[in-house]
Amino acid sequence: MDTLLLARLQFAITSVFHFFFVPLTLGLSLFIALLETAYVKTGDEKFKKLTKFWGNLFLINFAVGVVTGIVMEFQFGMNWSEYSRFVGDIFGVPLAIEALLAFFIESTFLGIWVFGWNKLPKTLHAACFWLVAIGSNLSALWILVANSFMQSPVGFKMAADGSRAEMTDFAALLFNPYVWKQFPHVLAGGVVTGGFLIIAISSWHLIRGTNERSAFEAAMKYGTIYAFIGTLLVTLAGHTQMQDLIKTQPMKVAAAEALWETENPASFSLFTVGNEKELKDVFAIRIPGMLSFLAYNSFEGEVKGIKDLQKEYEQQYGPGSYIPSIITAYWSFRFMVGAGTLMLLVSFLALIKVLKENYTFSPFLGALLFWSFLLPYIANSSGWILAEMGRQPWIVFGLLKTEAGVSPASVVSSGELLLSLVLFTLIYGILALADLFLLKKYAAAGIEAAE
Amino acid sequence: MDLQTLWFILITVLFTGFFFLEGFDYGVGILLPFMSKDDLERRTVINTIGPFWDANEVWLITAGGAMFAAFPEWYATLFSGFYVALLLMLAALIFRGVAFEFRSKHDNPAWRNFWDWSIFFGSAIPAVLWGVALSNFIRGVPIDESMNYAGGFFNLLNPYALLCGITSFFIFTLHGAVFLTLKTTGTLHAKAMGFAKIIWGPATLLSFLFMIYTSTETDLYQHLGINPGVIPVFSVLALLSVIFMLKKNASGWAFAMTGAAIAFSTITIFTGLYPRVLVSSLKPEWSLTIYNASSSSYTLGIMSIIALIFVPIVLIYQGWSYWIFRSRVTKDSELEY
Repeated sequence: MDTLLLARLQFAITSVFHFFFVPLTLGLSLFIALLETAYVKTGDEKFKKLTKFWGNLFLINFAVGVVTGIVMEFQFGMNWSEYSRFVGDIFGVPLAIEALLAFFIESTFLGIWVFGWNKLPKTLHAACFWLVAIGSNLSALWILVANSFMQSPVGFKMAADGSRAEMTDFAALLFNPYVWKQFPHVLAGGVVTGGFLIIAISSWHLIRGTNERSAFEAAMKYGTIYAFIGTLLVTLAGHTQMQDLIKTQPMKVAAAEALWETENPASFSLFTVGNEKELKDVFAIRIPGMLSFLAYNSFEGEVKGIKDLQKEYEQQYGPGSYIPSIITAYWSFRFMVGAGTLMLLVSFLALIKVLKENYTFSPFLGALLFWSFLLPYIANSSGWILAEMGRQPWIVFGLLKTEAGVSPASVVSSGELLLSLVLFTLIYGILALADLFLLKKYAAAGIEAAE
Repeated sequence: MDLQTLWFILITVLFTGFFFLEGFDYGVGILLPFMSKDDLERRTVINTIGPFWDANEVWLITAGGAMFAAFPEWYATLFSGFYVALLLMLAALIFRGVAFEFRSKHDNPAWRNFWDWSIFFGSAIPAVLWGVALSNFIRGVPIDESMNYAGGFFNLLNPYALLCGITSFFIFTLHGAVFLTLKTTGTLHAKAMGFAKIIWGPATLLSFLFMIYTSTETDLYQHLGINPGVIPVFSVLALLSVIFMLKKNASGWAFAMTGAAIAFSTITIFTGLYPRVLVSSLKPEWSLTIYNASSSSYTLGIMSIIALIFVPIVLIYQGWSYWIFRSRVTKDSELEY
C-alpha cells in the first residue's frame, strides 16, 4: 500500500483518538478547580466530595490523553520526516515550549495534587489544581500555535535554497489571528465536553436516587450553567472562526458548503447530494443569503466557489487539484454544527430545570440529558476532521503539499507503516475499552466510593 | 559559545535529567513483580514513584520537543530512521503510563496482574532501548548524503549496542533498587537492599566492559582528547562505590552515586558526540552535526531566552515536589495508586 495513505490514516486515527480525551481534560480541569475553590471558600464538605469524585474521572481520562500525546509528538518525525525538516525551525518551537511551559506544570502539580491531600494546606492544594488546569489549557494554546502555522503560515521566510521555512517573527507566530480564533473555540469546546459529562452523570444519579442527593444537585446545577455558557461561547467562537476562514482558507469554506460557483449573496446548504467529479449538485436545499450572513454578518457579500478558487490556485501554485474531499468537509461541518445546535437545545432545557431548582426528570428528558454527553465528542472530532481535511492538499497551506511531507519510502517502508498502524489501532482499542470500563465504574459508584 | 553549542548542552542536560529521574522509575517498574506477591506491598512500591513518574517522563517529551525545535534534521533523521525501535518504545510507554493510573482502580487479580506486567515491560523495554539508541548515535548508523537513514531495525541491534542496552537495563534497575531502599521500610526495604546488592555486581561489570568496548568500537576517546577520558572513569568509580555505601546502609549516598554514574555516562556519550549528533557509518562527512542539523539562529535565540528563564523555574517546583514527598512510603501511608 501507498505510504502516504498509511501515514495519513495513522495520523487521523491517532489525532482523533487523542482528541477524545483532551477536551475533557481541558474542560473538567477548570470545573474541578472551581469546585475545590468553593470547598476552600465555604468549607462545605459537599464540594470536597465532588472535587474528589470528578477528580477520579479526570485522572482516568487524563492518563490516556497523556500517553497518546507522546505518540503525537513522535509521529511527526517518524511518519512525516520531510515535513519535520521543512517546518522544524518554526513548528518545533511551540512543541518544545508546550512541553517546557505546560506539560511540566501539568504533570508535576497533578502529582502533588493527587498525593498531597493531607500534606498541603487546603488553599495551596487547590492552587495546585488551578495550575493543572492552567497547564492543560496552556498546552492547548501552544499546540494551536503550531497547528495554526499549518493552516495560515505567518512570520516566516523561505530559506535561500528553498529547502525549508524559517521563522522571522516569533510574535507574529504567536499572535497569528488564526490562533486567536481557534483557541477560544477549542477552549469552549473543552468546557462543553466537561459540562455535558457532568450533566449526564449527575442527572443519572439524581434519577436513580443516590444518597448524595445535595452534592449531585449542586453538580447538576453548576454543570448545566457551565455547559450552557460553554455552548454559547463555542457557537460564537465558531462563528468568528468561520469569518476568518473565508479570508484565510476560502476553499475550506466552499468545500464545507459544497458551493461550486461563486455566489453573491451566497446561499447556505441545508442538504446537498453532490457529484464530486463533475463539481455539481445532484440534489440540494439551500437557504439564500445565509452563507453571506455567516461570513459577513450581512445578507450580501461574495463567497467564492470551488471552481473559481481552483482556477485561482492553479494560477498561483501551478497545475494540480486544490480541492479537498468535499464530501468529508461537507458532512464533518454538518455533524459539528448539528451537534452544536442540539447542545444548545439540551443545555437550555436543562438550564430551565436547574434554575427552578427542579431536579426531577422524566424518563425521556433523563435519557436525553444522559446521551447528550456524546454530542460534544461528535462535534470535537468532526471539527478537527474539517480543519485538517479541509486544508488538503496542503500540509502547510500554500507552502508544502501533504504528499511532499511524508517520510521517504526508502526510510520508512509501507510494511513498517502498516505494522505501526495495526499496532496502534490495537492498542487504542484496548485503551478505549479499559478506560470506558473504569469511567463507567467510577461514575456509577458515586461519591462515597471516591473517598 | 555559539547558540548551537548552547542547545547541544541544553539537550544533554534534558537527557541527563531524564535518565537520572526516569531511570529510577524504570528500575522500580522492573523490580515491581519481584518485590512482592502481596497486593498491598505492590501498591506501596508503586506509590514510591506515584507523585513523580509523570513529571519525570516530561523530561523526555521536552527533550524530544527541543530536538525538533533546535535540530529538526536530527529529530527527523532519528525518528524516521529508528522507526521500529521507537514504535516499541511508544507501545511500552503507552502501557506503562496508563498502568499506573489503572491498575489499582479495579480489584481483580487478573486485571492487576495485567497492568503490573505492563509496568514491568513498559519499564524494561525503554531501559534497554535507550542504551541501544545512544550507543548507536556514537557508533554510527548508515546515514546517506541526504541525511536519511539507510539501514533497517537490525542495523541497530549490533553487539556493541546490545551490550549497552543490557548495561543501561542493569544500571537503571540498580538505580531503582537503591531508590526503593530510600523510600521503603521493613521487609520491602530489606528486599530492595538485597536486590541492590545482587544487581550491583553485573551492573558494574557490564559498565566496565562497555567502557572498554567503546574504545574499540567508536572514536569516543580519541575524540575527547583524553584516554580513557576522566568522565567515564568517574562514572565507573561512582558505580564501584555503591556497594560500600549499601553495606553501610547509606542509601542516600548510594543513590547519589548511581545517579552520578548515569549522569557521567550520559555526559560522556554527548561530549563524545560533540559537535556531531548522529555519526554516519557510511562517510564521516555525512554525519549530522549541530551545525548542519540546526534551526536558524533567530529560532535558536528565541528558544534560548525561553529556556534560560523557564528551565530553572521547572527545576525549582519539581524540587519542591520531591521535598513534599520526601518521607518513606509504608503500607499505612495513604496509597493513591
